[in-house]
Amino acid sequence: MTTLLPRRATRAREAAVSLAERLLTPHGIDRYLELVDPLLVRSEIRARVTRVAHPTSDTVTLTLSLSRAWRGFSSGQYVRVSVDIDGVRRTRCYSPANSQYGDPRTLELTIKADPDGLVSRHLHEHAHEGMVLGISHPDGTFTLPEWRPDSLLLISGGSGITPVLSMLRTLRDEGYQGKAVFLHYADTAAEVLYRDALTELADDSDAIDVAFGYTAAESGADVHGLFTPEHLDAIAPWWREAETYLCGPPGLMDAVRAAYADAGISEHLHTEEFSPPALEIDTTNATGTVRFAHSGRETANSGDVLLEQAEQAGLRPEHGCRMGICFSCTQVKTSGCVRNALTGELSAEEDEEIQLCISVPVGDVDINC
Amino acid sequence: MTGLQDRLTPEQVEEFGRELDEIRQRIVADLGKDDVDYINRVIKTQRGLEVAGRGLMYLGFLPPFWLAAVASLSASKILDNMEIGHNVMHGQYDWTRIPELNSKTFEWDTAAPGDNWRHSHNYLHHTHTNVLDKDRDIGYGVLRMDPDQKWHPYYLGNPVYATLLALFFQWGVWFHDLEVDRIVKGELSWAETKEVRRKMRAKATKQIGKDYVLFPLLTGPLAPLTFLGNASANLVRNLWAFSIIFCGHFPADVESFTEEETENETRGQWYLRQILGSANITGGKLFHIMSGNLSHQIEHHLFPDIPARRYPQIADEVRAICEKYDLPYNTGPLHKQLASVAKKIVTLALPPKGALRALVGGHTDKSTEARRVTVETQQNGSRQETAA
Repeated sequence: MTTLLPRRATRAREAAVSLAERLLTPHGIDRYLELVDPLLVRSEIRARVTRVAHPTSDTVTLTLSLSRAWRGFSSGQYVRVSVDIDGVRRTRCYSPANSQYGDPRTLELTIKADPDGLVSRHLHEHAHEGMVLGISHPDGTFTLPEWRPDSLLLISGGSGITPVLSMLRTLRDEGYQGKAVFLHYADTAAEVLYRDALTELADDSDAIDVAFGYTAAESGADVHGLFTPEHLDAIAPWWREAETYLCGPPGLMDAVRAAYADAGISEHLHTEEFSPPALEIDTTNATGTVRFAHSGRETANSGDVLLEQAEQAGLRPEHGCRMGICFSCTQVKTSGCVRNALTGELSAEEDEEIQLCISVPVGDVDINC
Repeated sequence: MTGLQDRLTPEQVEEFGRELDEIRQRIVADLGKDDVDYINRVIKTQRGLEVAGRGLMYLGFLPPFWLAAVASLSASKILDNMEIGHNVMHGQYDWTRIPELNSKTFEWDTAAPGDNWRHSHNYLHHTHTNVLDKDRDIGYGVLRMDPDQKWHPYYLGNPVYATLLALFFQWGVWFHDLEVDRIVKGELSWAETKEVRRKMRAKATKQIGKDYVLFPLLTGPLAPLTFLGNASANLVRNLWAFSIIFCGHFPADVESFTEEETENETRGQWYLRQILGSANITGGKLFHIMSGNLSHQIEHHLFPDIPARRYPQIADEVRAICEKYDLPYNTGPLHKQLASVAKKIVTLALPPKGALRALVGGHTDKSTEARRVTVETQQNGSRQETAA
């Protein structure tokens, strides 16, 4: 009987939700619940900022409380964070820095304000307690293997610390028994993120050691200057036998990759990219490839609008006016840059809705069509 | 004759189009948080009115509460369909990238499925505005709303059909998207409409389910009153939507066009056609909101993808441009525009006098045709063409 009760309660709740959906068609229950409290929604994840801190002058750490659709994450993964800036919803990927254990409805993000970054600057300047953000389910394969390796080397640089710190905190919570060394690079002592948290982790666990590297200072850290393999020899002489997890700025990533390649152990190195590749924008000569994800077709970019190119590739995407009025041909561009043929505006946003009939690809473009 | 192509010189048309493009670019550059805040406020108001209306039905045994419930629910449905649904589904808020404001996924509180309507309205009607045989909104396939539609004894029922359409407008729109006239003509096969019909069935089931089954049942012994209340709210919305929409393109002096006239149209010529083919309604701020700003039908047809709250802001400028190029800017209060539409519905029910005489007296086809055109000029002052 006691075991039946919760099941009955669940069934009763499901029936109530199903009835509510029928009553509140066509908008659905969430569109009403969110007007009471944005975090009441059932089918999507929302986050409320509960704490804002500025660990360094150009970073912000947000503690988030999540709505009920959140199902947890594996350390190292990232989430897509959405925020409305001047009326437009912008989405960027950030990796949580907290352990995958602990409060299942809490997430901690540390974001560095990129001078050219619309979203990171906005969050750095305007994030406040009570602010509501959209959050996706976690994604990404930059995670520790199910069977934790005996020896682990975790390397991060700058704000790339978050996914690797999450791994380290997770290992601590699991009572990890192998040996793990965390090497974090910053320009100077003042730029070190999570120093106290890292020191505490090292104190808490015999299996964890933490080392710092200052790239722009000559003393005060365990290693100094830009990364070299000698840094690893000094801190973790066994690094060639360890599984290594790396996240940081492009310079650090390239240097570590080169060291592992030279040692012939690239398969031991696991990385997470943060900086987007530089865009090649050329509006006079068409370059690149247009890929239509749904149909699996691709075509060399002819420089014509995407609707024409899709049709020439034998596709029949839904469309109407062919002049940018009716929005029948709107599709999601998953990556790449397009030029609006009406306004000349270039747009390289990921997962952006574009009108095929007035969008010209600039370089490689992937379309869900 | 002042046909579509002869009103302005090609240079004038180009300059005219450029001036309108400038307005558009200025507004698009200015879109931002205020526009999103505005539509979110309207949505919040609509959802509030809806919940209030549904709740007040529980007091429906007291007449003032029943009336308040109907008023609340009517206002909710009107806001949902006009200022929110119609405008969101036009893509007016697609630039926000907010999924709930996305034109492709939005669904409204009326029988017609958004998907079907988006095609027939956004594409067929807005691209081919007032082009006879292309714009299926001319008379909705059942009425004779243009003198160039060939008269047939069937059209004697014009006022009756119009009344029925007004009373059951949501079902008219629902049915309209099936394009029965094209099926009859053989342009569209029954099998091709399978998807459209599936969506029609699914949406109708949901709408009928909530308004006429679930909500009435939930009020227990008051079920008949709730049923009646929900039906009344749908009726009020039907009459309102019909009135606003018919005043958009059918008052006297609004022009219609032939396919030949609109061949190889430039953007400027397209703008010109939108202005000549649309009519505004004057009124206060609340009236504009409740009409989904379709009271600014002219501005809407020029810039269908710009948030409707912007139309009143640019109306004076558009009007000034019309005056500059000596173009009509058709506007008037609701009662005047409605009377004009009603007159047209009745007048066009009757056969052109020449045609009748031809039928009785046996004129030759040629002279009948000449007379027909003359008579139509009298019937509808807007058409300034005279018999060839």
